[in-house]
Amino acid sequence: MKATMQQEQEFKKLQRKHLPSRPVLRNALLAFLVGGAISAVGEGVRQFFLARGIGPEAAAGPTAAVMIFLGALLTGLGVYDEIGRVGGMGAFLPITGFANSIVAPAMDFKREGWILGMGAKMFTIAGPVVVYGLLTSFAVGLVYYILYIPR
Amino acid sequence: MVLLESKADKRLGRQTVAFANPPVLAAAAAVAGPMEGEGPLGRLFDEVVPDRLVGQKTWEQAEVKLLEKAIHRALGKAGLKPTDLDWIVSGDLLNQLGASSFAGRTLDRPFFGVFGACAAWAESLTLAAMMIDGGFAHRVGVAASSHHEAAERQFRYPIEMGYQRPPTATWTVTGAGAAVLVDPRAVGDGAWPRITHATPGRLVDMGIKDPFDLGSAMAPAAADTIEAHLRDTGRGPGDYDLIITGDLGQAGRAIAVELLMQVGYNAEPVLDDCGLMIYDRKRQDVHCGGSGCACSATVFAARFFGDLRAGRMRRMLLVSTGAMFSPTTFQQGESIPGIAYAVAVESQSAAREEDR
Repeated sequence: MKATMQQEQEFKKLQRKHLPSRPVLRNALLAFLVGGAISAVGEGVRQFFLARGIGPEAAAGPTAAVMIFLGALLTGLGVYDEIGRVGGMGAFLPITGFANSIVAPAMDFKREGWILGMGAKMFTIAGPVVVYGLLTSFAVGLVYYILYIPR
Repeated sequence: MVLLESKADKRLGRQTVAFANPPVLAAAAAVAGPMEGEGPLGRLFDEVVPDRLVGQKTWEQAEVKLLEKAIHRALGKAGLKPTDLDWIVSGDLLNQLGASSFAGRTLDRPFFGVFGACAAWAESLTLAAMMIDGGFAHRVGVAASSHHEAAERQFRYPIEMGYQRPPTATWTVTGAGAAVLVDPRAVGDGAWPRITHATPGRLVDMGIKDPFDLGSAMAPAAADTIEAHLRDTGRGPGDYDLIITGDLGQAGRAIAVELLMQVGYNAEPVLDDCGLMIYDRKRQDVHCGGSGCACSATVFAARFFGDLRAGRMRRMLLVSTGAMFSPTTFQQGESIPGIAYAVAVESQSAAREEDR
C-alpha cells in the first residue's frame, strides 16, 4: 500500500509527536569542544615546527602531515569512530576527519582485495569531498582572476 | 479465466491463516554477540560469542557462523540432526542472503532463502508452519541472523568511520535465532508451544525516506498487520499476554500504538518491542533500540520460548517488522516500505482454557 499525499502528511504529523528530539545544543557544544581540541593539538604541532625555525608558510605542510597521520592512527586503533560519535561535525571537519574518512573504508574493504576492495573503495567518502573541493577552488580561482589579476 | 467457487479452508478473513494442526515449536535457540551478551538478556542466550568476528576473517563469515551455531543448538535441544530436517527456511539482511545461503551450504538439506528484511524471522516461521500444516514436511528448521558490522558496511558507513547517529537510529543486533518446527501428530498432545495463526503483512509505505528512522517506516506496517490479525480472528489486544513487535524501537512503538488506537484497538498495555528489550538503552549507546533479523529471533528464542513452553505465558503475538530498502533505492530517492508478519504462539495453558 502506497500512501496518498494526504495520508503521508497526516502520518508525518502523528510521527512528529513521537520522535525523540535532536540534542542540538549539546551536539553543537561537543562539536565545538572536540573540534577545538583537535585544532589546539594542530596548533601545538605547528608551534613545534615554528620553534624549529621552519617559516609560518612552510610549517603548514608538515603540520597537516602530522595531523593526517594522527587521524589515520586513531582510526586504525579504533578510537576515531568514538571521537566522531561524540564530536560529530567537530571531528569530521578537521583534516583528521578527512584521514578517518579514507582509512575507515580502506580498513573495511581490504577484505575484498587490494585492487577492487581497498584501492577502489577507499575514496567512497573522501572522493566527493575532493571532487567538489577542487570544483569550488576552481570557481573561486576564476572569480579571483576576473577581479584582480588583469589590473 | 473463470474463477470457480473455492475456499481455502485454513484461511480466516482477508489475510490470516488458522492452522488445522498447529505446528509445534520443538526447540528454539539464540546465539548472540558480545554486546548483546552484556545486555539485560545476556544470561538467557544459549551462547554468547566473545568475539564479534567469531574467529573468522570477515563480518559476513562471522554471521554465517552465528547462524550455523544457532541452527545446530536448536537441533541439539530438539534431539535432532540436520539430516532429520525436511527443509530449512532462513533469512538475513545481507546481499543475496549471504548469511543464510552460506550456512545452508554446510547443513546440506533442501533450503529456502527468505528475504523479508528484519521481518525474516516471523516470515520464515509462517512459511515453515504452512509447509507442516499443508502436509509437505514433518520437521522444518527455521533461522534468521544479522550482524551489526556486516549490516553497517552494507547499508550505512564503514565501521571505523567517525560519524554521529541521529537519536532515531537503531543498532543492528549481532546474533542468530533458530527453531525447529514439527508436525504435532508426530509428537503427541503434550508438545507445546504451537503456532496457531499467522498473518502475513502488506507492504505499507507512508513516504518515510530517512534510513536512520526505520522505526517510523515500519510502524504503519506493524499496525496494519496487527489490525488485520485482530480483525480476522475476532480477537482483541487483551486476548494476548503480549504483542511483541520486532524492531520498531521506542519511537516506532509509540507510533504503532497510536495508529492502532485510531482503528479502535488499545494495544498500549500489551504491546512491547524486542528492540527495547535486548539492550540496556541507558548504559548501551543504541539510541532507539535494537534492530535486525536477529533482534526478534534471538529475543523470541531466549526470552519468550521458555515462558511459552513452561506455560508462564499463555499466548503471544510475535510481529517481526522489516524495512524494505537498499542503499540503491534510498540513494535514488525512493521512500522506504515497511512490512510485518504476525504469528500467534500458544502454550498448553491457553489451549486448556479454550477447551473449558
